[in-house]
Amino acid sequence: MSAEVLAEASDQLVVGAVLLYLAAMIGFALELAYGRARTDAPAKGRVKQPVTVGAPQDEAPGQVAVPADPEPPAWAGTAGKVGMALAWVGWAANASAIVTRGLAVERWPWGNMYEFVVAICLAAVTAFLATQLRTNVRFLGPFVMVVAVLGLGAAVKFLYTAAGPVVPALNSYWIAIHVSAAILASGLFIVAGAAGVLYLIRGDGLSRLPTRSDLERVAHRAIVVAFPIWTFAVIAGALWADKAWGRYWGWDPKEVWSFITWVAYAAYLHARVTAGWRGRAATIVQLVAFACLMFNLVGVNIFLGGMHSYADVGN
Amino acid sequence: MAVQEMEKQAPTPPGFGPVAWLRWTWRTLTSMKTALLLLFLFALGSIPGSLIPQRGVEPDKVAQIYLNDPVRAEWYQRFQLFDVFNSVWFAAIYLLLFTSLVGCIVPRTTTYFKELRRRPPAAPRHLSRLPHHTVLDEGLTVEVAARRLRKLRFRVETGDGWVSAEKGFLRETGNLLFHVSLLGLLVAVGIGAVFGYRGNVLVVEDEGFANTVAAYDRFMPGNQVSAESLEPFSFTLDEFKASYQVGGDPTKIGQPLDFSAHLKVKDAPGAPQRDYELKVNEPLEINGTQTYLIGNGYAPFFRITDGKGQVAFEGAVPCLIEFPATRVSGCVLKAPDAQPGQLGFLMRFLPTVAPAQGGGFTSSFPGDLMPRVQVLGAFTGDFGVRSGRPQSVYELAPPEIMKKLKPLVMGSTAPKPLAPGQSFDLPDGLGKLEFVAVKEWMTLQIAYDPGRVPALLAAGLATVSIVFSLVIRRRRVFVRVKDGTAEVGGLTRTEGSAAGFAEEFADIVKVLSAGDKDVR
Ligand code: HEM
Repeated sequence: MSAEVLAEASDQLVVGAVLLYLAAMIGFALELAYGRARTDAPAKGRVKQPVTVGAPQDEAPGQVAVPADPEPPAWAGTAGKVGMALAWVGWAANASAIVTRGLAVERWPWGNMYEFVVAICLAAVTAFLATQLRTNVRFLGPFVMVVAVLGLGAAVKFLYTAAGPVVPALNSYWIAIHVSAAILASGLFIVAGAAGVLYLIRGDGLSRLPTRSDLERVAHRAIVVAFPIWTFAVIAGALWADKAWGRYWGWDPKEVWSFITWVAYAAYLHARVTAGWRGRAATIVQLVAFACLMFNLVGVNIFLGGMHSYADVGN
Repeated sequence: MAVQEMEKQAPTPPGFGPVAWLRWTWRTLTSMKTALLLLFLFALGSIPGSLIPQRGVEPDKVAQIYLNDPVRAEWYQRFQLFDVFNSVWFAAIYLLLFTSLVGCIVPRTTTYFKELRRRPPAAPRHLSRLPHHTVLDEGLTVEVAARRLRKLRFRVETGDGWVSAEKGFLRETGNLLFHVSLLGLLVAVGIGAVFGYRGNVLVVEDEGFANTVAAYDRFMPGNQVSAESLEPFSFTLDEFKASYQVGGDPTKIGQPLDFSAHLKVKDAPGAPQRDYELKVNEPLEINGTQTYLIGNGYAPFFRITDGKGQVAFEGAVPCLIEFPATRVSGCVLKAPDAQPGQLGFLMRFLPTVAPAQGGGFTSSFPGDLMPRVQVLGAFTGDFGVRSGRPQSVYELAPPEIMKKLKPLVMGSTAPKPLAPGQSFDLPDGLGKLEFVAVKEWMTLQIAYDPGRVPALLAAGLATVSIVFSLVIRRRRVFVRVKDGTAEVGGLTRTEGSAAGFAEEFADIVKVLSAGDKDVR
């Protein structure tokens, strides 16, 4: 296939992914809206620890799904399953869009904002689907899909860049290492962010939204996995900067905000481990960190520029 | 925020006397609360550095603020906001954080080594109260349970009817190493700033560079760098090649594809010459000193013959890029030795000439497909070159001198753009300007940073150890044997790992009840 055909196919696949994610979102949402309501069991029966060094324990008092008054219709569960299937097909479309783009331009397909955002959406959906393989987190479905639809939609509408080569500074194997790690970590942070927002929206009592302890657990797990990856991404970035710009750290706006994001997530981990913050307080710290991440992705590229603005080298 | 929660850990207020005060200061500084606060401050302090142009990065934008809004610039300057990362207050945060980290690593290390040697604690009396608990009917003796747990690489302690086992110390190891490597990173960055240097230089094709302080256009040494310590290499720029996108998507035409500089390098004064292809992302390294390609542009070669027939100037003139997309560049050329009068030219270099909208000329492509030099103005008079005042090579003369110069050609009297080989005669027999050939220049950054490798090692160690610290959980398993039944209880002290531990606990129970298999 020629490069033009591949590029064209990639554009179509992105649009296809948006529609599929949208359909998946509706399926998940129906299940959530008509399925069982859940409640957080009151945190009781904490086990007294025989050893009390360091962190408070986290043997979570299990949460129970309390059946809502009317038995939920059977089709609610089916809607959720259909949603899941659609999400997988959407994921395949999203992934193929990236692969065809890569083949069309003959380089790693994340050299500009458009490609980067498309890849981050894939990473977020991947994080969600991969978690789903091990534990049931379908309750997060509608929200991850909303993020993916908005992300891809914004990419197509505002950031679209036709397939083409990148500037010489980006022509390096480091893009595979540094940017891939950043994309992966961002995808996980997005899942954690979605869980965090839901946590704040949801009250304590009976609700059709997932339970708070579920949400908190998912967010924490995602961040625990993402944090080392983000650390690695920042370091790989420094190594690349050392090769391309002659210094490994120059307080370029992107570097500054990556660092701030890193510190903020470290603060979240610290807040839980050493200060024993749980629930609302920890979630707010997490969301502050998430805001830093988003600002780094959107704000820095649009408002601040710097060497990372994918402009000419050395300008 | 973090403060209130951690107030309990905060040191008590001091009594009287200098020693008490010192101790109080040290304790406060090294408390967790302060460390986190400093970490936050460090991050917050770097924000203005990303919002306000920095002198080291964008000096022209700083100058612009001084021009447009001197009052604001004055205030920024007062708080060193144009040099955030070299400012006194940023250094203060850095040093305090550093001290605080040291202060919290030292006691944690001693605790760590004590922990390493400590035996697991006695099993609690009521194992059924533990989060994970099960009862085995088969007869399990303390010895067998201990052996099986040891096989699972638990540290085991036994007592009267009980076994206590613990695992997961690598978590603490990872955590401590992580904090130590952060400290290492801070040290490495500091070493780089003190013992390293950085400089910029512009080199034109067929010209050379020797690594001495005087050869730099801008040289930024750390305060322990002496002029003799520079690595004595040299090179000449044989040829500079730039390639740009030609076809395809119209918005991408002219996008740079590759820059490459062919150098002839001598690693030391007596050393043999070797070839090197310098590219973006592929710096030249000589004994830890790195040379990076960071920019490029055009340097047309001119010859000025003055009114007396003498060659008053001959050489390449680096032009400043005015429009990066098409590389329209501005050139300034002065010939103070020209007779009978000094000569000066303001010119534009157009790599691929094209008619501009509304008349005149512009460039349509950054590569030099059809290079032209457009003379915008030629002047004679005293350019003040010999006045001893510093002058920019990119400016013909300061405004007060410009006013006194006599224009020879300007505007409509300017000649058609010159192609290579063409020349143009000045009026009144004052001489002629010849555009001989096109050359290119490159800008380099040359950097020596002895902290690079240590910083890399520390950062790598930090990444690996944080994985250990986050992924490994500390867990304890207890067994109590009574009347032929064995009770097994387990718990993990690690945050968020309850679910994962349930599986492991089940596996441990399976091993414990493995029957006679491992009994020899
Ligand atoms: C300066 C004084 C500091 C002290 C006293 C301190 C103390 C601690 C303690 C007690 C833990 C928990 C260990 C465990 O769970 O076993 C921890 C974990 C951690 N610290 Fe620090 N720390 C300090 C500075 C920093 C700094 C500057 C960073 C960098 C951002 C940092 C990042 C982390 C991370 C990422 C964790 C892992 C959290 C987790 O286990 O979930 N710490 N620290």
